[in-house]
Amino acid sequence: MSAIILFMAVIAVIVGWWLSQQRLTAKPWLEEDPIGDFPGTGAMTLPAAKIGLGVFLAVVSSLFALFISAYSMRMNMVDWRALPVPKLLWFNTGVLVLSSVALQWAHVAARRNDVDGVIVGLCAGGASAVTFLVGQLLAWQQLSVAGYFLASNPANSFFYLITAAHGLHLMGGLVALGRTTANVWRGAAMTQVRLSVELCAIYWHFLLLVWLVLLGLLTGWTDDFVDICRQLLN
Amino acid sequence: MVDVPYDAIADIPPAEVAEVELYHPKSWWTQYVFSQDAKFIAIQYSLTASAIGLVALVLSWLMRLQLGFPGTFSFIDANQYLQFITMHGMIMVIYLLTALFLGGFGNYLIPLMVGARDMVFPYVNMLSYWVYLLAVVVLASTFFVPGGPTGAGWTLYPPQAILSGTPGQDWGIILMLVSLILFIIGFTMGGLNYVVTVLQARTRGMTLMRMPLTVWGIFTATVMALLAFPALFVASVMMLFDRLLGTSFFMPALVEMGQQMKYGGGSPILFQHLFWFFGHPEVYIVALPAFGIVSDLISTHARKNIFGYRMMVWAIVGIGALSFVVWAHHMYVSGMHPQFGFFFATTTLIIAIPTAIKVYNWVLTLWRGDIHLTVPMLFALGFIITFVNGGLTGLFLGNVVVDVPLSDTMFVVAHFHMVMGVAPIMVVLGAIYHWYPKVTGRMLHDGLGKFHFWVTFLGAYLIFFPMHYLGLLGIPRRYHDIGEVAFIPPSAHTLNAFITVAALTVGFAQMVFLFNLVWSLFKGKLSGGNPWRATTLEWQTPHTPPEHGNWGKELPVVYRWAYDYSVPGAEQDFIPQNQPRAVRAVHGAGP
Repeated sequence: MSAIILFMAVIAVIVGWWLSQQRLTAKPWLEEDPIGDFPGTGAMTLPAAKIGLGVFLAVVSSLFALFISAYSMRMNMVDWRALPVPKLLWFNTGVLVLSSVALQWAHVAARRNDVDGVIVGLCAGGASAVTFLVGQLLAWQQLSVAGYFLASNPANSFFYLITAAHGLHLMGGLVALGRTTANVWRGAAMTQVRLSVELCAIYWHFLLLVWLVLLGLLTGWTDDFVDICRQLLN
Repeated sequence: MVDVPYDAIADIPPAEVAEVELYHPKSWWTQYVFSQDAKFIAIQYSLTASAIGLVALVLSWLMRLQLGFPGTFSFIDANQYLQFITMHGMIMVIYLLTALFLGGFGNYLIPLMVGARDMVFPYVNMLSYWVYLLAVVVLASTFFVPGGPTGAGWTLYPPQAILSGTPGQDWGIILMLVSLILFIIGFTMGGLNYVVTVLQARTRGMTLMRMPLTVWGIFTATVMALLAFPALFVASVMMLFDRLLGTSFFMPALVEMGQQMKYGGGSPILFQHLFWFFGHPEVYIVALPAFGIVSDLISTHARKNIFGYRMMVWAIVGIGALSFVVWAHHMYVSGMHPQFGFFFATTTLIIAIPTAIKVYNWVLTLWRGDIHLTVPMLFALGFIITFVNGGLTGLFLGNVVVDVPLSDTMFVVAHFHMVMGVAPIMVVLGAIYHWYPKVTGRMLHDGLGKFHFWVTFLGAYLIFFPMHYLGLLGIPRRYHDIGEVAFIPPSAHTLNAFITVAALTVGFAQMVFLFNLVWSLFKGKLSGGNPWRATTLEWQTPHTPPEHGNWGKELPVVYRWAYDYSVPGAEQDFIPQNQPRAVRAVHGAGP
């Protein structure tokens, strides 16, 4: 459970920092505002949708931190045999990076009111994300052809499970991306879609980050780190 | 301090808070079925949760009939008994209490109490309810599938949960896991709304430290639930893989009916870690909204400001944080390292500190208050007493050496029913009596309410107090029939029959409550907008029940905290949050 504890500690720091900005030591029973003079509510100036996405990303991070926790506990058991990571994953990773770059491009273009740039960025981002998903399916196929079935070893099970969870989140993102692209295509004002494009870009960068962590885990790069964490808690 | 003349009210500038673009229903369907209004969604959540909760209540009667009079009811066999306890527990904890506090009270009260027009993402909020309903339907469908619902116990521990010896192995466990996954997806949609609405949609003047404690409780519980439910999600998905696809995440090598099973090497303890990483915060996900609501009930009905408001807020946040580092106290008998046990026992006992602060503050709020023994107040007082009782046995069970002999006995059943069954239900009932006038415009019948309270409160003690004793005798939980065992005296059987009679009586009182809910809807006394003379914003709406958009043309403006009761020199014994000082300066007979 070290990964999730670590994650919770990070969340606790963020929440603690936020709370420290909120005048929690105020004595509200002594405060009474005259008309026309109010304390700020302390609400952030960011749009609600952006904060909503931020909270959602925290939930998704918690989900993956728990998968990683389960992974690191289960890999300690005697029957664990790591599976060879298909070379294809490196190609897929590259494609996902491209996807993220394309959406960043779209985001920058949206800020400059460059409609064509936005459409190109969104379409390129969407296409490379779909390519990534197809690549993941091919990687699954390669593994099963090579005899690494879902149920034959817990390492395999985790590989399929975690890549599927990540892929499903990307598919959810594609729905949002599709809607944003359709809006831009139909000629919605740039001021209206700018936020949607930015949120898509943030979500893509987040999923790229999650994928890099998962890749490190699945290829065994992070084994040393996991070991250290485990020893810390033991 | 300059007194502002009274007519300055006319000059209040319109609220500068960004307007939420309200979705206005265009058809009967979008108004009464697929509504995006948080108040309507709250009622949908509450009715659905209550309906499935009634099923769980009936299951508890059946269990009690079997325990009180074993062998009398031939239609309850051992398998069914296990199915009843499983469904009763799961429904009560997740589909009733969590859904009612967050989906029901959260949806209704958050926008009104913080002065918003609606939740910030109404469409997602609507989806949240429909996914929740789907989860409930999937859960209820397990009663009708071949093999019936799962009988694995509400903790669903593997390996037994998916082995053929456990009832509901075919369909029951699969649908249970699917239903949980759906519930979590639905809750996440709602939870995002509650959090972001509190963060971003508060009206002008509503600082965090002016929010009613109800909002603080629901807000903190939602943040916890958003972080903790993924653990149940991960556990459910992995167990579903084990059951359906033959993986061995949790399943060790097993021989079943003489056959070596295909599983091997998995860790049942891993499931327990994941389950309780969700399971313990879940206790506080239910308790924190109850803490918040009961603070507001006590303050309003004792006509006195809440004692130690700041401390109450800090305690809520502190409990929320601590509840994530105590989960393994549910696993003392799983063979854990003694140092782990020591760590988790310590953190468990530390939680008692902020919790005790809250209890002291409630009592000190009552101290020299102008206590009105209204029905909501009676339930609030019932909550404090029950929560203290249940909490104290929690201190016993938090200690490893005391827990080990008591583990899996009726003592544990009595403990958690007191602390997270009866206590939060007391708050739910008190809150319904308190806010029913706002939701419907009519008061609940007072006499029936008092009857309901006294039978429920006294009856709950008649049920669960003796149960502690049964646990100390060593009577195990989850047993269909304890039979004739040397260490169990005959008096224990008599006591079991007595508990059953008490349980059925309490059940009857709930029927009276249901009758009251329906009867008062048509015949109840008209309540007016603010029958309890309360300060918080939901009582200051221009219409009762509040209309779509809550506030008419302008959002309310908040000038003070939520607890200005019995302020010396004020004209009335309460000053609403949206009342500026000027009114008091002119109308108040200030010294």
